[in-house]
Order: sequence, then structure tokens, then C-alpha cells
Amino acid sequence: MSDRLKRILAGIGSANTVTVTVLAFVLSVVIGGVLMILSDQHLLSEWGYFFQHPTDALSGSWDKVANGYTAMFHGAVYDPHAKQALRPIENTIVDATPLVFAGLAVALPFRAGLFNIGGQSQLIIGAVCATWVGFSISAPMPLHVLLVIIAGIIGGALVGGLTGLLKARFGAHEVISSIMLNNIALGVLAWLIKTKAFHDPNRQDAISKPVKDTALLPAIHGSSPELNFSTVLAILAVLLVWWVMSRSTLGFRLRALGSNPDAARTAGISVSRNQVYAMLLAGALMGLVAVTQISGTLSASHAMTTTLDNGIGFTGITVALLGRGKPVGVALAALLFGALDAGGVAMEAATTPTVPHDVVTVVQAVIVVFVAAPKLVQEIFRLRDVRRGEASGSGTGAAPSVAPATAVDSAAEAV
Amino acid sequence: MRLELRGITKTFGSVAANSAIDLTVEPGEIHCLLGENGAGKSTLMNILYGLLTPDSGQIVVDGETREFTSPGDAIKAGIGMVHQHFMLVPVFTVAENLVLGNEESRGGPLGWLDRRKAKADVKEVSARYGLPVDPEALVEDLPVGVQQRVEIVKALMRDAEVLILDEPTAVLTPQETEELFTVMRGLKAAGKSVVFITHKLNEVRAIADRITVIRRGTVVGSAEPTASARELASLMVGRDVRLVVEKEPREPGEVALSVRDLKVTDDRGFLAVDDVSFDLHAGEVLGVAGVQGNGQTELVEALTGLRAATGSAELFGRQLVGASPRAVLRQGLGHVPEDRQHDGLVPDFSIAENLVLDQFDKKPFGGLLTLDLDAIAKNGADRLAEFDIRAESERTPAGALSGGNQQKVVVARALQRDPSLLIASQPTRGVDVGAMEFIHKRIIEQRDAGKPVLIVSTELDEITALSDRIAVMYRGKIVGIVPPDTSNEELGLLMAGGSGDEAEAAAETDAEAVAEPTSETDAEAAGEIEAPAEPAAETPAEASTEKSAEESAEAAARAPEREPADQSSESADE
Repeated sequence: MSDRLKRILAGIGSANTVTVTVLAFVLSVVIGGVLMILSDQHLLSEWGYFFQHPTDALSGSWDKVANGYTAMFHGAVYDPHAKQALRPIENTIVDATPLVFAGLAVALPFRAGLFNIGGQSQLIIGAVCATWVGFSISAPMPLHVLLVIIAGIIGGALVGGLTGLLKARFGAHEVISSIMLNNIALGVLAWLIKTKAFHDPNRQDAISKPVKDTALLPAIHGSSPELNFSTVLAILAVLLVWWVMSRSTLGFRLRALGSNPDAARTAGISVSRNQVYAMLLAGALMGLVAVTQISGTLSASHAMTTTLDNGIGFTGITVALLGRGKPVGVALAALLFGALDAGGVAMEAATTPTVPHDVVTVVQAVIVVFVAAPKLVQEIFRLRDVRRGEASGSGTGAAPSVAPATAVDSAAEAV
Repeated sequence: MRLELRGITKTFGSVAANSAIDLTVEPGEIHCLLGENGAGKSTLMNILYGLLTPDSGQIVVDGETREFTSPGDAIKAGIGMVHQHFMLVPVFTVAENLVLGNEESRGGPLGWLDRRKAKADVKEVSARYGLPVDPEALVEDLPVGVQQRVEIVKALMRDAEVLILDEPTAVLTPQETEELFTVMRGLKAAGKSVVFITHKLNEVRAIADRITVIRRGTVVGSAEPTASARELASLMVGRDVRLVVEKEPREPGEVALSVRDLKVTDDRGFLAVDDVSFDLHAGEVLGVAGVQGNGQTELVEALTGLRAATGSAELFGRQLVGASPRAVLRQGLGHVPEDRQHDGLVPDFSIAENLVLDQFDKKPFGGLLTLDLDAIAKNGADRLAEFDIRAESERTPAGALSGGNQQKVVVARALQRDPSLLIASQPTRGVDVGAMEFIHKRIIEQRDAGKPVLIVSTELDEITALSDRIAVMYRGKIVGIVPPDTSNEELGLLMAGGSGDEAEAAAETDAEAVAEPTSETDAEAAGEIEAPAEPAAETPAEASTEKSAEESAEAAARAPEREPADQSSESADE
């Protein structure tokens, strides 16, 4: 064990995934700070006379950035001055919950070699099903919630499965077909909301009937009323996806497919069938996002609007990337994004002149850019090349840095 | 040009791929670099060509120390390299490929490409060194041997004085290899030196002026081309190696796999396997010989359920055509795919996981839902030891192994199933002599255990060493099924689709061998060849198989051996 620890410590200085991810975060925070300064007219004018009074600009900038990030921290993690000091972290968790599902919905098919860009459509159709069950059926409390959850899962899985089927049967590339399905789903949603079956007769705007109270996810009693049962579902989903991917025969098939479909096929693994399975599961996970949006306590209306997807389907892609496609990594990435979101709102409110919430969006994007370009991070911080597990001395004239097999990686693999 | 490598050392992690290697290439010599796979030959040459930088050591050209940081530096210093996988643009013409990166244009950087000059240059170089290439031909239309020639011309056009050929014969027919040797001798006569990387002992002895043997990253000695293959092999592997596959003659059993009128189309929709029929008996090794791309790949894919086909292929009475790969595997197929990287291994998976890739959902490795990770790990560790797979542990990703060890994983996977039919394509591709001996032994063990074995290989030596009968494929047809003691010349002619006359001329030298069946196997094989001499289907099967050995052998000597074997097997076995 201590030997393993030593190897892990030795690996930290090299360009492994954990180090790169942490440094990518540091870099993006720095860039976020620069943006905060640039967004402040007053500070910019102080920089204008930098050479007369350098301290003005420097201390002003420092204060600005420090205040901004402090406000974010207070908004996202812990606020010592607030009555409910732990409320911020609860907000973070609430924001992170749908991202966990969305991240998993991208990460799982990604391990199987499929790029699920159709989260939006899966979410929307999942929401349509969940909402309909939510307002049209009468059932006692726990049963009704369960039915809503199942409806959301089925709706999402149908769309995801359709993408998989189009790919497996007819060879339609999943990226193309899911982009098209996204558009179709948006159209269907806009139309459905106006139909008699869905539209709320008491409202003038485009909104569906609200789901019944028995269809709402029960709250977990904490200081935050928004913290609800969906977080428990998210934790279960992480565990389940982890188990499926690493312990089940289905996961074995999916991983084989993702790494080398030809070898998988040669070994008797049906490529088309398992592609459909992967997309079914992905759609089901996006359907759970829909449930959190409709039956979660976060949305005040508990009804469908035309913007219900809120871009979560696409944020899921970045979360999955940041989480390296591993379930626990996705959960951590979702937490980080949730914290940035929650903190961003707090920062906007707490700073004068206001630091716009967009800074957070940029920070999120920059992290992903750096994570996607590990070589760049390696150059900036002059990290060592990753040590190869074993040299393949002969063969393809190999580039030595391609095989990422470090102790830190394998440790990350283990979680 | 005199090229010296002094004390070249290169380590990857804790593994020394090259340690303190000294090598001198004199002008006008053909210098063979002989070594097992993973011995460090390619690493050394990649250093010389500027693709890798050495940790220490010097490259000295004509007494002057040079440092190569890119292939461009090496090319400027007069070093040319022909890679195992050609670096040509398939949709470009030969001339366009040859000027690529060195284009001459009229009217500045955005000007016209001077195609006329390019063509003239190509013609000039190819005439000077006796390397005929058509500058206007599209590279994708050229046979592999000619593509290789284009690569050589490319190096020469960049004024290479030292030419590195990385396993150049791996993709060639015996005839093409002979042509390549002629070219190499021509280059040598023109004062150029050639570094010839290989692990084929016969070739080394045929062409080399000097031989340097590398084992585990160090030079273990040099040898003269007069050394025997056995001496070279033991130098290369570090122990005594038996080069001949030892096998007892065996009497084949019942028909295990019966293939009739099999037709398979390739990815482009062309008929790749054209009406092939043959029988494979239990306890028999049938070798399929042929130049790469004559339908062997598609034949195997059809038999393993990977490719749609028409006709029939019955394994112990059960139809394989139209079955899924999984269904075929369930019938007990053990399959070593032709290309281990492409179809054999999942590179991100550990060795243990790769070993159960085709039976992870069967006891004891897993059930309907869950995997038994302990059983998979234990199986991995056992196979690691049994097949001498050199890796840190069974958890090492297969992608990190050297080619030879990867091949051992694939072979181990096929054999551990205790297969009812073993189909092995290129079972020892890229594998060193030591591992080859081991794999061959295991294949023969399968035969001796009464299993039917189908071997597909482009290595004639391998085919003749393992097979009880040899089927030669040319343009999708089996152009002949011959006994294993058929000479390489004759097999080569068959593989090149040689006409009956040519082949018969070559066959005459072997007529004696065919006429003296030494075992039941040979008699059987001869019997099958004999059959087409008579009108195909009317021949009573018993009559041909029950003829005395002498009779059938005589008939075999008479018979035109070129006749399509599909008819022969039909008449002989139905």
C-alpha cells in the first residue's frame, strides 16, 4: 500500500489526468480573475494611469478579484455570516443534481464509442411523458412520484434508443441524427404546450398544466427546501453506472465496443445491439433530468415551458468531459459546475459594480478547453511526460507519450 | 557514406529499449539488423531517422557527429527510410507522391506544380537504379511490391546514401522478395548502403554482407551470412531453437468442416471468394497459402460469421454461413484473427480482460449480469505464465505490449477455449523465432488432439511447416490443394496465378515427392489431387479414396495439379 502511495506521489508531477484537471481549474480561475478586472470600467481607468500610481490599479484589481471569488465561495460552499451557514453548499448540490444525470448520460455512451449530443431531445420527451403522468393521473403520493420517474425514464430512453437504433440498423451517425432529433423535440414541445391536452387554461403564456402535488419529489429536510429526493436518485445513478461499467457483463461489452469495435465484433459481441443498449441507458438518464426539472422543488411552476431543457443536455457534455467519463469523476465535475453556478449567482448579487454571471460560464468553458488540450497544460506548467507502463520497443515507431498509464491514473481508475 | 552509431541508449520508463548500441554501416554494404520483436531494432532505426531522440549516444556520419531532431535532418544527412507501412498518398500518382514535400513550382509559392519536371525526375532516378515505376500510375492501383519500390525511389530522389528498410519483405510474395533483393544488390553496386531489418533468417543469409544481432536492446553479436539459420536463431533468441516443427504423421479423421460453393463479396462489393469448396478433417491442419488480398481474409470472415456469404460451410453438420459471430463461437470456434491490432485486441483492456473477450459471459468468468473479476484475473495470471506473455502483470493494458506478446494473448485466448475448430490467420505475424516455435507447437497439439485446424498465412515457411495439406488461393479461388512437401517455387507460382504449364514445369521437380506418399495423410492428399483428372461428380467417392496409395499417387503425378480443388474435394468426399 505504501508502495502504491509512493508511486502516486511520484506521479503527481507528471501530466496525468488528475494533475491536468486540477491545473486546468487553476488556470481558468486566473483567466476568470482577468475577466473580472476587464469587466470593471473604473478599474480599467486605474490601469490607465498605472505608471503614475501602480498601487491603485494593483490593489484595486486584487480587491476586485478577491471579493469576487470570496463571494462565489460564500455563495457556493460556506457562508460564515449567513444565518444558515451550510445553505450555500446545499444550493450547490441542488444545482449539481441534474448535471450528474446529464453528465452520466454523455459519459456512459462515450465509453461505448458513441457521442450523445441528443440530451436535449431526450430530456424534452422525458419531460413530456413525466408531465403528462404528473397532471393526468391521480395516485397516492409515493406511487405517483414513482410513476412520474418511470414515465420520464421511458420518454428519454425512447428517444435515446431511437438514436441508437438509427445508428445500429441504418448506419445514421448518432451526432447527426441526435442534432436533428433535438430540433424535432423542440418543435414537438412548442406544439404540445399549445394543445388542449397540455396547455394550462389558466395561463396566457406557453406553459403546461402543473403536475399534481402528489407527483412532486419529496424534499430532504435540511435548511434548503429545494434539496429533494432527486439527489438521492443521482447518487444511486452514479453507483449504478459505476457498477454497470466496471462489474457487469453489459459494461464489459460497452467498454470493448468503445475501445475497439472490430475486436469486440470478432469476439462475438453484437455491436448494433449494444449500441442501442448504451443509448437506451443514456436516454433514461436524461429522462431523470427531466424529472428533476418538472417534479423537483426547484422550478416554482412544476410545469413544462419551452425553455425547460435549460441547456442541461449540452452542459452534460462538458461535465462528462471534465469527469473523464468515469462515474465518480462525473459526480465531482457536476459538483464543481454546480458550485460555480451557485457561486456565480451569489457573486453577481454581492459585488459592486456587478461581476456578471457570464464570468462563471467562461470559467466553465475554459476548464473544459484546458482539459481537452492536456498538452497545453503540460507546456504551461512544464510537467513531465507521463511514464509509460511498458515500452513497446518495436512496432509502429510509437510516440512515447501516448500511453497514459500512471499510478495516479490507475488510482483514479479505481474510484 | 559511412554511418556510425555510438553507444545509443534509449529508455522508455524503466525499460531500456536500446542500451549502448554500437553499429557501423560501411558504404556499399547490405547490413542486416536481426532481432526478435521488441528487441529494439525499430527503436534504433527511429532514432537514426530522427523520429526519436536518444537519451545518450552519438550518430556519426562520415566522421562528423550529427544530431537529428526530425526526419528532415536525417534526410538532409543522406538517410532514407522505407517504413513497414508505406507513407504514400493512395489517391496521388507515383510522381505526385515522389515530389510531395519537395514540390517544384513555377511562379512562386502559389504557382503551378511542375508536373513535367516531376515526371522527368522520377524517370531519371528509376532508370539510374533500375527501379521501373510508372510515374503516372495511381498508387492505390499498384501492387504492394511496386508501392514499396516507389518508397525506395522516393528515398533515392532525396539523395539517400543509406537506406533503411524496415521489415520490407513482410508484405511480399517470394517472387517480389527476390525482385527486392535484386534491387538491393543494384543499390549496393551503386555505392549506397542498405540497412535491412528483419527477423527472417533465410533472407538474412541470402542477402546480407554483415549481420548484427540485437537482443533485448543490446548488440549480442555479429555474424557472417554463412552462419546457419540455427546459429542465427539461437543468437537472436539467446537459447537453442528448433526451427523445424516436429510433428508425427497423423491419420485425419472424419470431415469436420465442409465448405461448398462459398461465395463472399468484399467491402467494395467485388467477389472476393469465388465459389470455394473444400473439406477439413478432424486431426488435420489445412494451410491456406496465398499473397495477401486474394480472398483469404474474406474466407475466414465468412467462416467466423463476420461477413455475409452464400453457399454452405458446415461444422460437424451445423451451418456456419449466416450465423452470427457469437453463434459460431458458441459452436466452439477458436479464432486467431489476422490483424491482432484491428480485430484481436481491445487496447485499453487489460491482458486478463482481453483473454476472456469471447467468453466473459460464460462460467466461470461471468453470468447473465455480473463479471467474476477474480476468476478473470486468475485466468489472466495462469495464461500469462503458460504462454510466457512478458508483461508486468495480467492487469497491464494489452495496448502497452510489444507485438509478439500481443499475438501470444490472442493465440492464448483462442486455445484456452479447447476449440472444436481452430482458425488461425497469420498465427505468428510479427512474432519472434522463440514465440513462433511455441505457437506452432501448440497448434500441432490441437491437431494431435484430433481437432480440425485451418491456418491462413502468407508465410510459405509457416504453411509448409504446419500443414498436412496446402490450399493455394489466387483471386478468390482455390487454385490447387497440394501436399506440404511441394516446393516453394511451385507454391510461389500457384500464388501468383501461374498458368498450368509453368506450374507443371515447376512441379516436375517435385513429382517424385508427390509420387512417394510417406503416410496416410499424403495418400489422402494425393487422392484429392487426382480426382479432377476424371469427370468430376461421377467419380464414386469410395473408388478414389480406396485406391491403393500407389495407384492414387501415380494418378496424382499424371493429373494436372492446377485443377480447381473445389471439384476435387467434392468428388472425393461426397
